[in-house]
Amino acid sequence: MSNKRTMRRVLTYIRGSLGKIFVTLLLSLAIVAMTLYVPILIGDAIDLCVEGGGIDFAAIGALLARAALLIALTAALQWVMGILNSSITYAVVRDIRRDAIRKIQSLPLSYIDAHPAGETVNRVISDVDQFSDGLLMGFTQFFTGVVTILGTLCFMLALDWRIALMVVVLTPLSLFVAKFIAEHTHAMFLEQSATKAEQTALMDEIITNQKVSIAFSHGEANMEEFDEVNARLSKCSVRALFYSALVNPSTRVVTNLVYLGTALLGGFFCIGANPTMTVGSLAVFLRYANQYTKPFNEISGVITELQNALACASRIFDLLDAESLPPETDAVDMGQAKGSVDFADVSFSYTPKRRLIEHFNFSAKPGQRVAIVGPTGCGKTTLINLLMRFYDVTDGVIKVDGNPVTDVTRASLRKNFGMVLQETWLREGTIRDNIVMGKPDATDEEVVAAAKASHAHGFIKNLPNGYDTYIGEDGGALSAGQKQLLCITRIMLCLPPMLILDEATSSIDTRTEMRIQNAFATLMKGRTSFIVAHRLSTIREADVILVMRDGNIVEQGTHDELLRQNGFYASLWNAQFAI
Amino acid sequence: MKRIFGYLAKYKKESFLAPLFKMLEATFELLVPLVVKQLVDVGIKNADKPYILKMCGILVLFCAIGFISASTAQYFSAKAAVGVAADLRHDMFAKVQKFSHADLDTVGISNTLTRLTGDLNQVQTGINMTLRLLLRSPFIVFGAMILAFTIDVRCALIFAVAIPLLLAVVFAITLVTIPMFRKVQAKLSDVLKSTRGSLIGARVIRAFCAEERMTKEFDGENDALCAMQKRTAKISVLLSPLTYLIINFAIIVLIYTGAVRMEAGLLTQGALLALYDYMSQILIELIKFANFVITVTKSIASAGRIDEFFGTGSERGTLDAARDASKPYICFDNVSFAYAGGGDVLQNISFTANRGETVGVIGGTGSGKTTLVSLIPRFYDATGGSISVDGLDVRAYAGDDLQKKVGFVPQKAVLFRGSIRDNMHWGKADATDAEMIDAITRAEGADILKAKGSLDAAVAEGGKNFSGGQRQRLTVARALVRKPDILILDDSASALDYATDARLRATIRSTDNPPTTFIVSQRAASVMHADKIIVLDDGEAVGIGKHEELLETCPVYREIYDSQFKKGGDDGEQ
Repeated sequence: MSNKRTMRRVLTYIRGSLGKIFVTLLLSLAIVAMTLYVPILIGDAIDLCVEGGGIDFAAIGALLARAALLIALTAALQWVMGILNSSITYAVVRDIRRDAIRKIQSLPLSYIDAHPAGETVNRVISDVDQFSDGLLMGFTQFFTGVVTILGTLCFMLALDWRIALMVVVLTPLSLFVAKFIAEHTHAMFLEQSATKAEQTALMDEIITNQKVSIAFSHGEANMEEFDEVNARLSKCSVRALFYSALVNPSTRVVTNLVYLGTALLGGFFCIGANPTMTVGSLAVFLRYANQYTKPFNEISGVITELQNALACASRIFDLLDAESLPPETDAVDMGQAKGSVDFADVSFSYTPKRRLIEHFNFSAKPGQRVAIVGPTGCGKTTLINLLMRFYDVTDGVIKVDGNPVTDVTRASLRKNFGMVLQETWLREGTIRDNIVMGKPDATDEEVVAAAKASHAHGFIKNLPNGYDTYIGEDGGALSAGQKQLLCITRIMLCLPPMLILDEATSSIDTRTEMRIQNAFATLMKGRTSFIVAHRLSTIREADVILVMRDGNIVEQGTHDELLRQNGFYASLWNAQFAI
Repeated sequence: MKRIFGYLAKYKKESFLAPLFKMLEATFELLVPLVVKQLVDVGIKNADKPYILKMCGILVLFCAIGFISASTAQYFSAKAAVGVAADLRHDMFAKVQKFSHADLDTVGISNTLTRLTGDLNQVQTGINMTLRLLLRSPFIVFGAMILAFTIDVRCALIFAVAIPLLLAVVFAITLVTIPMFRKVQAKLSDVLKSTRGSLIGARVIRAFCAEERMTKEFDGENDALCAMQKRTAKISVLLSPLTYLIINFAIIVLIYTGAVRMEAGLLTQGALLALYDYMSQILIELIKFANFVITVTKSIASAGRIDEFFGTGSERGTLDAARDASKPYICFDNVSFAYAGGGDVLQNISFTANRGETVGVIGGTGSGKTTLVSLIPRFYDATGGSISVDGLDVRAYAGDDLQKKVGFVPQKAVLFRGSIRDNMHWGKADATDAEMIDAITRAEGADILKAKGSLDAAVAEGGKNFSGGQRQRLTVARALVRKPDILILDDSASALDYATDARLRATIRSTDNPPTTFIVSQRAASVMHADKIIVLDDGEAVGIGKHEELLETCPVYREIYDSQFKKGGDDGEQ
């Protein structure tokens, strides 16, 4: 996304706050003017302080009173501006995030599958933060900085054009020094962060697998590799740290030069028979000179931040502008289905390059059990994706109760399916929150009844807070089997007419496994079920077996039929007895 | 903290010179207003051009000295801070390399990594900042005040009031906002979790048509975050206006008092100018100091955690025992084991295995299979009973002599970044190409080598560019390449199909001098041909014997076998 386009998109977000932004800019103008004017009042007061008596205290008092008023006003305006600024920034951040989550909920699964979750989360969290810090806060800082510089120059010109000229001449020097150092340190920082990343990756890899390292007594070799990177990191860190620390003293040198020039010229102008300058004005100039270069440093910092923020913004808009699922204008609610499923000449592929399912025909009557079998990675999940309309077929049509699934709303279609995947996902929340996913208004009795039916009640009861036990996203202390039982309970509560079940392969102990089998059996009674099957009993009892290989459905039929065909299924079946 | 000072001791010169030069710089900064005072009071008053030039010359000198001392200080502090961090990191990493399995379990991998990265960086920043600012900032603030006193006591009293007031405001606001910022962070992490959940759980959320509900929950968290941010900002943005107010009011009081003092002839115009300058210097320095205090507080907390880290880990002694050549090759004598703070995972296990035999270990999840085989290379020490390998108690082996006998294939097939060759070197540091290729072939991996080209084929982090089955066979090869006396396959065939699994086992058995092999599995098919099968149930050996015997005598074994062969079970599709 080009910077211009990004900026235009950013503007759409702050359109609502344009009034407020205008006010902050006005405030910032007023604040800068007042902060610059106060030293002049004080300089005038200093001028009135003449040595040897006869000081006009009334005049000084009046000047200082005016200064005090301005100071109080400035402080108050600064506070208001600060609050205004933060409220604009945080509101924009909130709005972007609101839009982002809505976008995420409406994105096609193909987008979610293709983009690592961490990357998208990063866009919604840290990119948005950096964008707001850099672009909104940065913009006001930038604006204030420029106004301060211009204001200072104007005030200086008004006070004494000769010194002002000297300052103008010295200004580019300050910019040059800042730029020079920034460029040089940038390369060193890059080297440092690259080396640091290398070391972190090494530590991460080795420590994560430290047990393997122990098994192979690899400690000394690890140490050698580590020390080599550590030494390199140490070397470039010292350099990066030292040079970046030079920025402050160097710019201070420039500030001091301006200060020095002011003192020298000012000193000369203050003397002679006809002094063209007063000590008070000199004080004002010295004050200005001390602060003059500060905004320059800030601005150069802000510019890099702004560039960074634009990069973040463009990543955010990449997400926000990703294509959502098309709205379902003509789709109708399908209501409660009877449960017949037909695949009519269905073809599907994730990418045009790799064709998967081709011209697949199949029909399941209500209440039938369909087992899906095949080696790992053969594309069993593809069928689930199509049934649930996580993905749409490339060609052909899938019908439920004789109606093409594309004619009904996705929501009403999905309500008719109960899905239990092997890779369980639990939401952060209580056990109850998890069970009522499909039926948020379920009563406690219904929840317990469902849990009893799915044999989950026993272990839930034994949890520290029973149904109110809070679990994290990864399910916390629950075992893989218990997590799956919870997922089954979710379905048990809704009892949809069609089921998609994914049998666990391993890592579940025999007893929990038996409970899960029993729960599945209860669920499947009278329901059209699609089971990604790993157990022979499931396969044998299935009404139809779909055999998948390399993404395509290669055979279908009952167990006996398939064995008689003596094809791929038969070879799979026989392989397990071939030792 | 004491430990950090210990590391700093190695950089005595740097940690002494850095603050010293920083003070030098500060001293010259403090002297500038005095020079300007002279410039006004003598130079301007007497219209003495050479004097003005002289004063400006002095300012140039100060500026140069200031720059040189500042740079020197930065160099030394950077060197000390980076040096300490590098030394600490080395020692911490070395510590990890000496960890036992039990240590790793207690300390935790992610904790260890955080100590080595985040905490260590924080300590480095802390040292760097401390060396530079700990002395400088107070020096400037109090130096300015003291110099003010030397100029005029009455006016200096204004400093004595303004400084504590500024300190109070700066620290009050920082202290109040720190916990608020922490709350903002916590709320942000809620929003993050919600976002992650909506992505990772997309299928489930959509299956239950819960998109809107999740969005509503997200909105709640998002609004709470925004509200908390605004509330925090209301206080944190007070800092700048309040300090501006205090310092400028102090200046007004200063000018008025100055005027009164001048009227009495007790103060010069130049002196007033100098006092005005000092007042401005103080503010900048105080704000720097407040930031410094926050950073250092964080660093001290990190240093504490690092200190704690060094305190973890346990020394394991070596037992003095003689070899008893008459014992079978591997002996478990009434062995029990419990993880730290847990109940018994293994109870009273006794069995023996002769050299070259194959032992199968079968049982449900959590029955103690992996724990049992982990005791052989002494990854853990048994809490009861004893284990001997080749007639010698496992605790009596010196160094890693015992581990070197064992080829271990862990449950999780992990390869390391580098090449296939690098990974084979893990098994045997000086393995020849022929040995590696032989090992890979025996591990049924000849086709991997063919597909990937050669031993030099790149391996990505964790071996991500290999399929699960390929990784598993390469980890088997890694163990085989060292021609181990004992081979442990810890559920290492789960990603292999039955036929490959079977061929692999056959190859291992048919080699000359076959290793004593332990096969851990949940599949009856993988262990049924073993010389001895140990059936574990909840930490107890409920059956030890051959397949046929166990079918007769061990109900648990029969249950497992039946579930997989008779009624149903694995359909061989893995």
